[in-house]
Amino acid sequence: MIAMTAKARAKSSDILLSVRDLVVEFATDQGIVRAVDGVSFTIKAGETVGLVGESGCGKTVTGLAILGLIPSPPGRIVSGSIELQGQDLTQLSEPELRKIRGSEISMIFQEPMTALNPVFRIGSQMIDVLRRHQQLSKRQAHAAAIEMLAKVGIPDPAVRIEEYPHQLSGGMRQRVMIAMALSCGPKLLIADEPTTALDVTTQAQVIEQIIKLQSEFGMAMILITHDLGVVAETCRQAIVMYCGSVLENAPVTELFAHPRHPYTLGLLGSIPRLQADRQTKLPIISGMVPDLLHLPSGCRFADRCNKVMQQCRQQRPLLGALPDTSTKVACYDPH
Amino acid sequence: MTPIDANLGFKQSQLTEDGSQPLLEVHELKKYFPLQGGLFGRPRQHLKAVDGVSFSLNRGRTLGLVGESGCGKSTLGRAILYLQPPSAGQVRLRGQPLSSLSNAGLMAARRDMQIIFQDPYASLSPRRTVAQIIREPLDVHRIGNSAERRERVEELLTIVGMRQNSLNRYPHEFSGGQRQRIGIARALALNPKFIVADEPVSALDVSVQSQVLNLIDRLKAEQNIAFLFISHDLAVIQHVSDDVAVMYLGKIVEQASARDIYAHPQHPYTRALLSAIPVPDPRHKAQRIALTGDVPSPLNPPAGCPFHARCPVVTELCRTDVPQLKPGKGEATHFVACHLVE
Repeated sequence: MIAMTAKARAKSSDILLSVRDLVVEFATDQGIVRAVDGVSFTIKAGETVGLVGESGCGKTVTGLAILGLIPSPPGRIVSGSIELQGQDLTQLSEPELRKIRGSEISMIFQEPMTALNPVFRIGSQMIDVLRRHQQLSKRQAHAAAIEMLAKVGIPDPAVRIEEYPHQLSGGMRQRVMIAMALSCGPKLLIADEPTTALDVTTQAQVIEQIIKLQSEFGMAMILITHDLGVVAETCRQAIVMYCGSVLENAPVTELFAHPRHPYTLGLLGSIPRLQADRQTKLPIISGMVPDLLHLPSGCRFADRCNKVMQQCRQQRPLLGALPDTSTKVACYDPH
Repeated sequence: MTPIDANLGFKQSQLTEDGSQPLLEVHELKKYFPLQGGLFGRPRQHLKAVDGVSFSLNRGRTLGLVGESGCGKSTLGRAILYLQPPSAGQVRLRGQPLSSLSNAGLMAARRDMQIIFQDPYASLSPRRTVAQIIREPLDVHRIGNSAERRERVEELLTIVGMRQNSLNRYPHEFSGGQRQRIGIARALALNPKFIVADEPVSALDVSVQSQVLNLIDRLKAEQNIAFLFISHDLAVIQHVSDDVAVMYLGKIVEQASARDIYAHPQHPYTRALLSAIPVPDPRHKAQRIALTGDVPSPLNPPAGCPFHARCPVVTELCRTDVPQLKPGKGEATHFVACHLVE
């Protein structure tokens, strides 16, 4: 009975994470760089959201900010809030954040070799995490670690747990990272380019594993990636970032069927696709991403946009709901 | 493009259908790296990075070489250019075996063969200006006087779509895509006939990647340059290639025209690779061919077919006998190394 109501409550109060007007800046030799500039979005419990964009768009910094991992100095969260189930993470002290990291929110990184400590056995690194957040004896933690390794599809987990990171292949290392990240049953997993360093056949295996575990654990996931193919296959919702701000936030089916922002449209068009007839020329987005130190005052995409108007250069368009759709877009003249 | 029949040997240079000589012929090329550690520092074993690769390439054609990391595709590209001289086998440029050339002769041959590297950050000297970088091949080969070289550099900059005011700037002032253009301009300086493009767009964002791919496509058409285009990305390979070769553990397992290999992949590895690509369309239902395990170490390659340990349709024969590259089904230029393709 109580379990039922808890379940029902989880369904109705389904906002897990709410990021509002987040601004993150870094001090550099050349001046202050605003890596994230007024980003807002919400994540529902159990939902998978893709955070998409090209390098330097602020997607990783957004992920790090949620975990309170912005290196300070030179970085700092200037303003905005990050609420996890109503609790503002930006107001927490480091010890309080440490309790949340790994248990409530976990993160996996692009390069598993640099994320794992090379001088410790996999087992001891996993047991560390488990015992930090849960009341477990060494033996219990050891058993739990083996169980997690088996869950992420590592053959012979009892043998592998005694090995060092360099003894594993890239795909295996990423599985170990996933096992570690999920070992304390987080409500939210932030996966930063989890398969970018992997080969395509291994990538397929790892993505499949992540999706399977995600539904098994019922956790939400923010998938940070530049690969729109991965987003189309794994995410329900997608957030497109450019130069530190969100340009479009839409359900994945909407985004791919009707990209509204000119940047999203250009991005989708410029991917070489497997198809029967080879295109002679790929559509391109002309120009390049502006320097974060010298951002244009209006829309950040204005210089590369083929629909640019006077207004775009004067004032930055805000992210707003497009009538009769579930799409939010930051453009004066969306498609 | 046809694999050269091993039985014919390589005494005579092969001719293409129209009787002309292929620009580049690669025959049974091998590159083994000795591993130290045995008694008296003798190599204890060899890492067979490239293990018997043959193909030929005509002028103005692009051969896409695709494979996962560690399959030997970059080593193959370098061995063809004699940047890392091959352990065995032959490379002929316009019928001339590179192995027969002296150092000076090889240097002269390199005027016709250039390379574009993957990492636009590591492949340009940070201490040289763009003009110096692009001019270097002209300096090395002593082509033209100072004014002519300067003129050529300006021309190259225009060809790759960069502004003239870039000339006296340094690489760090440019984005990845711009740097890759500088690297391409340098490769074009000597009017090469053949360019190895080793993952030229992997380090670039998609919006910039498409600009560079279009540039390469244009150069191929305008300057009739042949490319060996190395990539792990099957969609990119399809976009740029006339023919495609799929490599696995140092061997070519399938090669065919780009059209045919994507429409009718025959090797189980090619099929699995194609099925593993995430499709940027949420309506698409992926039908994955699940591969188990990882690519075996080239130090300890399995007996029989190199792919047998991960192959979903493996038979007894595959565990013992190495399949040879032979004509597959369909087009006459389609070759497959698989026991199951008859």
